[in-house]
Amino acid sequence: MTERSAQIPSGAPARGPRRLIFETGAPESRCVEPPPLDVPELDLKVRLQGRAKIRHEMPMLPHVTEVEIARHYSHLASMNFGVDTGSYPLGSCTMKYNPRIGEDAARYEGFAGLHPYQPIETVQGALELMCRLAEALGEISGLPGVTLQPAAGAHGELTALMCFRAYHLASGIERRRVLVPDSAHGTNPATVAMCGFEAITLPSDADGGVDLAALDEALDDDVAAIMLTNPNTLGLFERNTLAINEAVHSVGALSYCDGANLNAIMGITRPGDTGFDALHINLHKTFGTPHGGGGPGAGPVCVTEALKPFLPGPIPVHLDDGSFGLAEPARSIGRVRSFFGNFGVLVRAYAYIRGLGGEGLREVSEQAVLSANYLKERLRDAYELPYDRTCMHEFVLSGVRQKREGGVRTLDIAKRLLDYGFHPPTIYFPLIVEEALMIEPTETESLEELDRFAKAMLAIAEEVSTDPALLKAAPFTTPVRRVDEVAAARKPDLRFRREG
Amino acid sequence: MRQIPVTCEQREAMLRALGLSATEELFADVPPAARIDRPLDLPTGLSEMELVGHLRGLTDANAPATELVSFAGAGCYDHYVPAIVDHVLRKPEFFTAYTPYQPEVSQGTLQATYEFQTMICELTGMDVANASMYDGATALAEAAQMACRITGRHALVCAPTVHPEWRRTLLTYAEAGTAEVSRSPATDVATGTMQVLGQEDESRKEDHPSLASVLSDERAAAVLVAQPNFFGNFEDLSLIAELTHEAGALLVVAVNPLLLGVLEPPSAYGADIVVGDGQPLGIPMSFGGPGLGFFACRKEHLRQMPGRLVGRSRDVDGNEAFVLTLSTREQHIRREKATSNICSNQALCSLAAGVYLAAVGSEGLSAIARACIAKAHYLRERLLETGRFGAPWETPFGYEFALIYDGDVVEMRSAMLERGFLAGVCAGEVEGGSFAGIGAEMLESLVLLAVTERRTRAEMDLFAEEVASL
Amino acid sequence: MYPSDLKYDKEHEWVRVNGDIATVGISHFAQDQLGEVVYVDLPAPGDSVTLGEPFGEVESVKSVSELYAPVNGEVVKVNESLTDSPEIINEDPYGEGWMIEIEMSEPSEVDVLLSAEEYEVFVTEEE
Repeated sequence: MTERSAQIPSGAPARGPRRLIFETGAPESRCVEPPPLDVPELDLKVRLQGRAKIRHEMPMLPHVTEVEIARHYSHLASMNFGVDTGSYPLGSCTMKYNPRIGEDAARYEGFAGLHPYQPIETVQGALELMCRLAEALGEISGLPGVTLQPAAGAHGELTALMCFRAYHLASGIERRRVLVPDSAHGTNPATVAMCGFEAITLPSDADGGVDLAALDEALDDDVAAIMLTNPNTLGLFERNTLAINEAVHSVGALSYCDGANLNAIMGITRPGDTGFDALHINLHKTFGTPHGGGGPGAGPVCVTEALKPFLPGPIPVHLDDGSFGLAEPARSIGRVRSFFGNFGVLVRAYAYIRGLGGEGLREVSEQAVLSANYLKERLRDAYELPYDRTCMHEFVLSGVRQKREGGVRTLDIAKRLLDYGFHPPTIYFPLIVEEALMIEPTETESLEELDRFAKAMLAIAEEVSTDPALLKAAPFTTPVRRVDEVAAARKPDLRFRREG
Repeated sequence: MRQIPVTCEQREAMLRALGLSATEELFADVPPAARIDRPLDLPTGLSEMELVGHLRGLTDANAPATELVSFAGAGCYDHYVPAIVDHVLRKPEFFTAYTPYQPEVSQGTLQATYEFQTMICELTGMDVANASMYDGATALAEAAQMACRITGRHALVCAPTVHPEWRRTLLTYAEAGTAEVSRSPATDVATGTMQVLGQEDESRKEDHPSLASVLSDERAAAVLVAQPNFFGNFEDLSLIAELTHEAGALLVVAVNPLLLGVLEPPSAYGADIVVGDGQPLGIPMSFGGPGLGFFACRKEHLRQMPGRLVGRSRDVDGNEAFVLTLSTREQHIRREKATSNICSNQALCSLAAGVYLAAVGSEGLSAIARACIAKAHYLRERLLETGRFGAPWETPFGYEFALIYDGDVVEMRSAMLERGFLAGVCAGEVEGGSFAGIGAEMLESLVLLAVTERRTRAEMDLFAEEVASL
Repeated sequence: MYPSDLKYDKEHEWVRVNGDIATVGISHFAQDQLGEVVYVDLPAPGDSVTLGEPFGEVESVKSVSELYAPVNGEVVKVNESLTDSPEIINEDPYGEGWMIEIEMSEPSEVDVLLSAEEYEVFVTEEE
């Protein structure tokens, strides 16, 4: 049998690395050229004198024709793995398929062509969309005050904590500490620090929930808030939510819910009904916006009536005369960014919610949870399951057995999954699970795909005993193989420079 | 609309495999008191076709600037976006991917980001640029926080001529945390720029301090300036840089990246951190978002920089490969000691900016910037000729300028809207418009007009004619 | 693994004493736990350091660890070569990988530090 690689002629287009766009094309190559100038040309040197200078050295930008751009980025795209490429069970990221209608809608001229400072009567449709979206998010979360301004989940977190701070200050008490469970995402403590609070870590109990005794001990009148992720990062519903929030409120503190995992609970339970004072929602996880390779997303924040006056403004409002306008909350913390938020993302979220409806959203959560539990059941014998409970939309396995057996690390398992055609789960998170593998299949994977993924995971577990070296060298089939991160960090090369 | 491929029958089978009989049982951990006992009060779902109809209905209630003759700017600009840009953005491998945590299957996003970082360095003249921030305003606020970390100081001096929304964002961030925004230097009403040095007029000194006097206590971590500023005017950056550095503070400059096609880079006048909004680079206005914030600094401050960075390295086979790097600065490792809580970037928008800059090239960018400036100067002349507008100052400007209208600005805007024109932005309307030193009366009549390459001479002539006839 | 002429603290720094000068680095165990060192942030000569307080940081690709001063005093010398070649810390933690020299304000403080044997016992317990 001839090796397949022997059949590929030398010089055939490689799937791997491609030269930089700066190294493509020729100095005289152009893609688009501006039309001829129809007004008198200016002597800029004279016009700008004393205030600004003309640059004497041109920036090194690419010189390429359109076809070269098209091919360059098609090649780059071919080296990427997206939800459209295959299953992407990346825990806590909700990598579901998003309906394409959202992509189209955000590009409608009547949305994409709007300037943020147009007269209010020319943007009624946009404001209506924002109002309706805010109402829907308020209904889903059970928290009626909504700001759509934050640009991402972490930005939403920051906004919520700023509101908490302002709320406490308004009542005349300065509180300095914020409680964060040890299973929390790193953004939580980082946000706490950005708000000038001190982060206090709360241990988890044996069940994966907040340790109530530790909570009780940590609570006093210096505590400003608790930041809980519910369902938590282990994919478990915090069974003591009501008790925790009651205890938090009893010392005058506020309770914040990191809404990263909202995909599990829509139409089942509402954070507002369980005692949370604020919640951020990642529209790019739950509501129809693809992740874009890292953004843009949007992180609206929903709050109780009591916190509503502190939200960043302006807030879109439905006026008594039936029209839509903008209002500034009475004691607003101020803005957290320019304009109204990532409007294009809001359009996608609105389209998604309107398309699915309340029933559809509940069905999403039910299926997301069912699929996660199904996968957990299929994998529980091959991998360690540190928290053996009914999970929500995701679950956490541990690769400790594989580490003991063949010295194979979770990283190796993740890399090997790439060879099987899957994007790996989230690894080494949450920090409280050794060799963690956090798996979130989402509701948009078919049963066939779930089974295929399970099969791949089982096959890899086999390989741990039969050929651990193979796993440590994986992946083999990807455009590039394992990258030297140490060299990247020791001698940072963060930009291209033309030689000579 | 339904987006779930699992069939009812399969669903039953999956439940059986779990030993369950109903989906309900999956939620046993949610205590009854925490459950919602009614369906969500949301409109019923729509088919895709109905949804399109509904959304189109909403757009019908909008009159987008792109379909008018628009002179609105103030931080968001109606530039032409080459067709290729959106075609690249529509590639699902780009837009349906997550953050490139697995470099083996993310080389597309990583390389595009590395190329973007390079382009921002080239435009700004700085050593390093990150993978982008949420927008220009938050980039400015994060730059201020970074300056505090570097200098160990906590006072921020912001030019009164920076976009009011950006100043408000800066204040929100500062108030929440660890910095304070110092008393603002005044706007010099004669030039529409920041008052840098002391003024002759003793009576104004107290209420309208100069930058020099605000800096005299040597407490400032940073001086933050926009070039051009909110009014479109160019600040005297060489002088500002000198004073800033003398006071031991860092200079943070917010720039319009498009103008850097023709203007000298901020590195030339000693900027320490350069930020800005990337919207002019191939990103639709989209009611103000999403765009991107870019962020560049000197090499020696790299470790204090917020946000993601992509570096070039090699894989085990020796092939060139890109990877997220220096992530020990970030929240997922350093937690409460991180340089920021940001854990994303506006990746798809930075891709758009990269494709845009590749499409126009350096000559193209320069030509577009020159065209915008020339057209803005042309329109300003035409409007002054009508006799309906007065010039508040004669300061050099880019492609945006302010004029004083001799009537009611709001009425003028409505009348011009009926004629198909978006007659700029009323400066006093933006974020309650306060510019430390510009009186309310002047603000009320101050119109801000931006002219991009999309405007033709004929449109401008007609605009001047129509506005004169009001 | 743990040279007997050195003293150690429980934060895994080692100390080599020469008169009132203490040379400080991190132990073999520490560099092994950390993995490949990519960056080290050290104080400047003239800075004072406080016993038990952080004086710098050492980073691998995915972790950051603080360096704690084993004694009180003033930094008199810093190993500049670590800036460009942090890998020396992995390769030669007790030799070329030294980090700073401290002029001790209270040289008797080294007496309470662990001996090599004591440190080895401590490390075994930690593992």
